[in-house]
Amino acid sequence: METDVTTDRKEKKEKIPRQPMPEQPPVERVRNFAEVPLGYTEAAAILEARRCIQCKKPGCIAGCPVEVQIPAFIRLIAEGRFVEAARKLKEDNSLPAVCGRVCPQEDQCEKSCILGKKGEPVAIGRLERFAADDERQKGEIFIPATAASNGKRVAVVGSGPSGLTIAGDLIKLGYGVTVFEALHKAGGVLVYGIPEFRLPKAIVEAEVAYLEKLGVRIERNAVIGRLKTVDDLFAEGYGAVYLAVGAGAPVFMNIPGENLSGIYSANEYLTRSNLMKAYRFPEYDTPIVRGKKVAVIGGGNVAMDSVRTALRLGAEEATIVYRRTELEMPARKEEVHHAQEEGVRFELLTAPLEYLGDEQGWVTGMRCQRMELGEPDASGRRSPVPIPGSEFVLAADTVVVAVGTTANPIVPATTPGLETNRRGYIAVKGEDGETTRPGVWAGGDIVTGSATVILAMGAGKQAARAIHAFLSKA
Amino acid sequence: MYKIVEKVDLSENVVKMILEAPAIARKRKAGQFIVLLTDEKGERIPLTIVDSDAEKGTITIIFQVVGKTTAAMAAMNVGDFFSDVQGPLGNPTEIKNIGTAVCIGGGVGVGVVYPLAAALKQAGNRVISIIGARTKDMLILEDEMQRVSDRLIVATDDGSYGVHGFVSTVLQNLIDAGEKIDEVFAIGPVPMMKVIANMTRPYGIKTVVSLNPIMVDATGMCGACRVAVGGKTRFACVDGPEFDGHQVDFDLLTSRLRMYCEQEGIANEKHRCGWNGN
Repeated sequence: METDVTTDRKEKKEKIPRQPMPEQPPVERVRNFAEVPLGYTEAAAILEARRCIQCKKPGCIAGCPVEVQIPAFIRLIAEGRFVEAARKLKEDNSLPAVCGRVCPQEDQCEKSCILGKKGEPVAIGRLERFAADDERQKGEIFIPATAASNGKRVAVVGSGPSGLTIAGDLIKLGYGVTVFEALHKAGGVLVYGIPEFRLPKAIVEAEVAYLEKLGVRIERNAVIGRLKTVDDLFAEGYGAVYLAVGAGAPVFMNIPGENLSGIYSANEYLTRSNLMKAYRFPEYDTPIVRGKKVAVIGGGNVAMDSVRTALRLGAEEATIVYRRTELEMPARKEEVHHAQEEGVRFELLTAPLEYLGDEQGWVTGMRCQRMELGEPDASGRRSPVPIPGSEFVLAADTVVVAVGTTANPIVPATTPGLETNRRGYIAVKGEDGETTRPGVWAGGDIVTGSATVILAMGAGKQAARAIHAFLSKA
Repeated sequence: MYKIVEKVDLSENVVKMILEAPAIARKRKAGQFIVLLTDEKGERIPLTIVDSDAEKGTITIIFQVVGKTTAAMAAMNVGDFFSDVQGPLGNPTEIKNIGTAVCIGGGVGVGVVYPLAAALKQAGNRVISIIGARTKDMLILEDEMQRVSDRLIVATDDGSYGVHGFVSTVLQNLIDAGEKIDEVFAIGPVPMMKVIANMTRPYGIKTVVSLNPIMVDATGMCGACRVAVGGKTRFACVDGPEFDGHQVDFDLLTSRLRMYCEQEGIANEKHRCGWNGN
């Protein structure tokens, strides 16, 4: 990276520290569902943008699964040209306001930032969020010209991040794109899974509306496999199908008492709160149990979202029960930190053995066991080993099981010629997501198992290229 | 948006509606259901598809007013719209020629057993139907059930019409009379299905029940509708809603159905609890 050093020396950058993002204080935010980080002011965004040294061979772009032109959009912010920055972002990313909030930038673009080697990387995610928010708030949403219609149609199954990304890419190339969504709102995990306090639903709605303005058709309430099969879609004249149905089926641990009242899958708990707005019951009709002592099983982002939701629903005690230590937690550090600030209790190296209930069949607690970490296994991860005689009872009137999700079998089971692996995920031939069924591609969590929003978007981007090549030959 | 094209009050608290939903009408099979929302602030509720007309592009639903959402639905009229109708959902009923099928429907459950009886009849079975209600005025679909049954027996709890007693009383009489029964389909309140399943078990008569647990998405992504069948957890929305009645844990279903009684009371003061257990 010799060139970077030269640039650095030539421009004589003043030392600007990484700009912090103001946040709602923990005591206040734990009582509401409003967003926690408040976003940059224009001045802070410009200062942060000026930290970028505009590398000639930027590592950040390669670290971004949808290849956003990061130095270019950041330079526009540094020059105060915010709306142009948003447009530059949207050339590669149809959901910048979402990605700026939920991407694990520390493992992606910011991990490759050259400034991170000696100090702190440029806050790429915060700048992305700033530009997208600024455009939306000013109401200056620009609808770029799309290619003339090429007369060909593509069906996208699922309107989560992967499906929305491919829809945005293909519509710009002149395809007729219809997205089939099983639920009554588009967005997948962005609307039912990630809570309002991390990703306001109005932002998802605005980004979906943007795609519809580009010409993407979204058919809601359409469960592919039931209402129509993949065969039906080809019969209707679609030239290719992209399956992006996610990994939405909840995993339970199959321990005694798991069907007691008051025990939720994280998917149900979050769907009630986020998609159905049960936190605003009875203004909205869907109810949710407002437990006083809530235990959440698991250590991923979904567990953190659930436990922080429980606090906002009025829990006096909200506890994470995780069988490894904080070091092994798959959740983003920032989310664990937020949960700690808000007063979440952590029962680490602990696993439930059995749920206990009262005469009405309502959960009252669970029998747990303490664990210690054993020798690293073949994958290098130290597995938890039960400590004999360490059993104890943890009281809880509500439990949320957040130990993962798996593939929903409806689409694979109704699509002849579509191979799946042993765990039910769709088998693909290469990085572009080509399946064993001609004309059908797949991407996102239904291929990889539960991963991140941005990886699902990257899969949509690659499949868009492959489908374009396939339909250009036809 | 899904338009109401016809509305009929079947009894004081039971309403039949025909909705415009062409794609669902084309694909739907007996035993399947929909989830619908009245509007933006509504909840998702499951309802069986009682009938469909592929040519007209319509589906028929029947519901009983038991809480806030069904009360709001009963106040809707022809020309009004539901914001969302999702379906068809669930597995279709396995319809085969089995010989003699006894189709039992209790209360609003008659609306659920009707499409099954019709499909079983069409498949060449001898269909004996037993339908019941608390009292004569609450009985629904008698003429429709008559049309699709070789024999129809009506029972009322108070004896105001037909046999005085429960549908289970009628079934016991049939068994005692030596009637040849190859399979029983029992749909209605949980206590009724439980009684019927316990009744047929010693005789080894296969008994199919259609379960009505709480649902949210109804596509297998949440497990709100989980039931225990043969000691295993199953999701009624994708594995059912029909199961072997001899394997179902009805007590678990009963306690899980009460999970939101308190909130349902808050949502609609007129109705103490949406699910009253019978």
